[in-house]
Amino acid sequence: MTATTAARPPRPPHTTRPPRTRRLLFGNRPTRNPLLRAIASHSVMIMALVLMLYPLLWMVGASFRPDNQVFTTLGLWTGDVTTENYTNGWGGGDQLNFSRFFLNSLTLTVLSIVGNLISCSLTAYAFARLEFRFKRTLFALVIGTLLLPYHVTLVPQYILFNQLGWVNTFLPLVVPKIMATDAFFIFLMVQFIRALPTSLDDAARIDGCGHWGIFRRVVVPLSIPALGTTALFTFINTWNDFLGPMLYLTEPDTWTVSQGLASFLDATGQSEYGSLFAMSTLSLVPVVGFFIAAQRLLIEGIATTGLK
Amino acid sequence: MKENDTGGPHVPRGRGRAVADTEGGAEGRPRADTKGSPKSSAKGSTKGSAEHNAAAYAFLTPWLIGMLVFTIGPMLFSLYLAFTRYDLADPPEWIGLENFRRMFTTDPRFLTSVDVTLTYVLWSVPLLLVVSLALAMVLNRGLRFLSGYRALFYMPSLIGGSVAVAALWRQIFGEEGIVNKALAFVGIDHGSWVGDPASALYTIVVLQVWTFGSAMVIFLAGLRQIPRELYDAAAVDGASAWRRLRSVTLPMLSPLVFFNLLLGVVNAFQAFTGAYVVSNGTGGPADSTLFYTLYLYEQGFAQLNMGYAAAMAWVLVLGLAVFTGLLFLSSRYWVHYGDER
Repeated sequence: MTATTAARPPRPPHTTRPPRTRRLLFGNRPTRNPLLRAIASHSVMIMALVLMLYPLLWMVGASFRPDNQVFTTLGLWTGDVTTENYTNGWGGGDQLNFSRFFLNSLTLTVLSIVGNLISCSLTAYAFARLEFRFKRTLFALVIGTLLLPYHVTLVPQYILFNQLGWVNTFLPLVVPKIMATDAFFIFLMVQFIRALPTSLDDAARIDGCGHWGIFRRVVVPLSIPALGTTALFTFINTWNDFLGPMLYLTEPDTWTVSQGLASFLDATGQSEYGSLFAMSTLSLVPVVGFFIAAQRLLIEGIATTGLK
Repeated sequence: MKENDTGGPHVPRGRGRAVADTEGGAEGRPRADTKGSPKSSAKGSTKGSAEHNAAAYAFLTPWLIGMLVFTIGPMLFSLYLAFTRYDLADPPEWIGLENFRRMFTTDPRFLTSVDVTLTYVLWSVPLLLVVSLALAMVLNRGLRFLSGYRALFYMPSLIGGSVAVAALWRQIFGEEGIVNKALAFVGIDHGSWVGDPASALYTIVVLQVWTFGSAMVIFLAGLRQIPRELYDAAAVDGASAWRRLRSVTLPMLSPLVFFNLLLGVVNAFQAFTGAYVVSNGTGGPADSTLFYTLYLYEQGFAQLNMGYAAAMAWVLVLGLAVFTGLLFLSSRYWVHYGDER
C-alpha cells in the first residue's frame, strides 16, 4: 500500500524508507509514477466491469431489436430500434399476461415488506431491549435458524398449507413473513437496536411511555436505516423468488413475474426471444432502480451485517 | 456473526434492568428492581418479573407462533416423514430406514446430485472468494469513484438469483449466444455450452461467481480496518507485495474470509433457480446440472415422494452441519481474531 501513500500529496515524503529492491512484478514502476498506477488500476476495473455487465447491456440492446435480429450480433446496437417486443410481451401472449404477473409480484412484495418490517422489528425490540425468561435460549434459536437450510421445512410446510387450502393464494408466501420467519432481518435489527443509546428510552419512560410507547416513539423512528435495509432486501428477495411461487401459485392468474418468465422460456421458439428479453429487462428494472436509489444504505447494511 | 448472544455487554438498561446481560437471562429471572439504576425509581418502575415477561412475550408473540408453526413443527414433522412413504393422498406409511437405504444404494441419481452439488461448491466458492478479494484489494488502493465502482460490482449480486438473469445465461452460453460469438473471433467453435454435459455445470458456476459483489463489499470494509502501520512496518522490513499479502492482509482479513466462506458454502448448497432455469427444470443435459435442491424438488413435488424428499432434506442438513462444523474446526488454525491470540 505504499503507492497510495505516494499518491496522497499531504503526506510528507518517506525519506527514511529503504530502497525496495526485493519487490516483485508490479511493484516498482507504478510506485514511481502514481498517475500511471491510477490509470492501470482504473483500466483493470473498467475492463472487469465491462466483462461483467456486458451480458446485461446486450440483453437490453437485444430487447429493442426486431425479432429476426436478436441473435445476429455481438454488438449492442444494430440501428433498427423497435419497441414491439415490449408491447408484444406485455399484452400479447394468449396465456401469459405480464401486466397481471407484475401486479401479482408487486402485491406479494408489498405484503412481504410490511409483514417483515412489523414482525421483525417487534421481535428485535424484545431481544435487544427487554429482559425475559429463556431469552438466551430463544435468541440461540434465532441464530440457529439463520443457518438452517430451507429444505427441511419445504415439504412439511407445503403439506400444511395444502391442508389449510392455501395453495393458489398468496397466504403461504406472506403469512410466514408476518410471523417473522426471516431470522436474518431479526438479527440485523437486533444488532442495530442494541447500538442505539438507551438514554432516549429512559427519557421516554420518565415521560410515561410503556414498552409499546418506547418501541413506537423511540426505537422505530431511530431504526429507520435498519428498517430501510430490511425493506429493500425483502423487496429484492421476494421479487426474485422463484421456488416459493412455483410451489404455491399454480394458476396462471396468480403467477409472479418470475414464473411468467420461466414459462415464457419453456414456450418460446427462437422467434420470441425478443419479447423474453424485453420482459426480463422490465423485471430487472424495479430491483436495479431501488438499488440505485438506495445503494449507499444497502451497501452499508451489507458491509456491517454480511447480508446477501 | 461473532456477536455475543444477549444484549451488548454492560450497557445499563434502566428500569431495573441495569445488569450485564452476560450474567442475566440465562436462568431467566429478570432482576428485581432494587438492583436497578437510579432511573428505576421513575414512574411505573415497580413492575414485577411476571409483568416484564408478559411485556416481552407480547412483543415476541408473532415470532413465537411463526417459530412453532412454520419452523419447529415442520422440522419435527419432516423428521417423521423421512422414515415414511407419503404421497399426499394416502396417510404416511412407516418404512423405517428404507428411504436412506435407497438413497445410498439403489438411487444413482441421488449420488449424481450429491456429486454435482459438491463439484459446484468446490469450484464456485473458492473462485468467488479469490475474485472478490482481488477486486477489493485493487479498489482499496485509493481509487477515485470508489463508491461508483462498488455499486456497479455489487449489482449482479442483487439480480443473480432471478429468473431473468438465469434465462439470459441460457442464451449467452447457448449455441448462438454471445459467448460463442466472441469465441468465434479467436477461432474457437464449441457449440452450446449449456447443452454440453461437460460444460453445463460450469456455466452455473460462472453465474455464481458473477455475483461476487456482496463478498467484495464485505472484504472492502475489512481492508479499510487494517492499520496502515502494519504495512509501513512490513515495508521497512523490505517485504514484497506477495509477502505483505500473505503476512499482513490475509491474516488480518481471515475472519471475513471465514465469514464469506461460510456464507458462500451455505448459499451454494442451496442453489436452485439458476440450475432450474438453465436446465429447463430437468437437471440436464444428462443430469449434469442435477443440483441437490433440484432433485429434492423433483422427488417431492413432481413425483410426490414426499417421504423421500424429507429424508433428502435431513441428509442435506446433516451434511451441511458436518461441512460447516469442519469449517469451524479448521478456523482455529487459520482465522485470527485480533488481540485474542
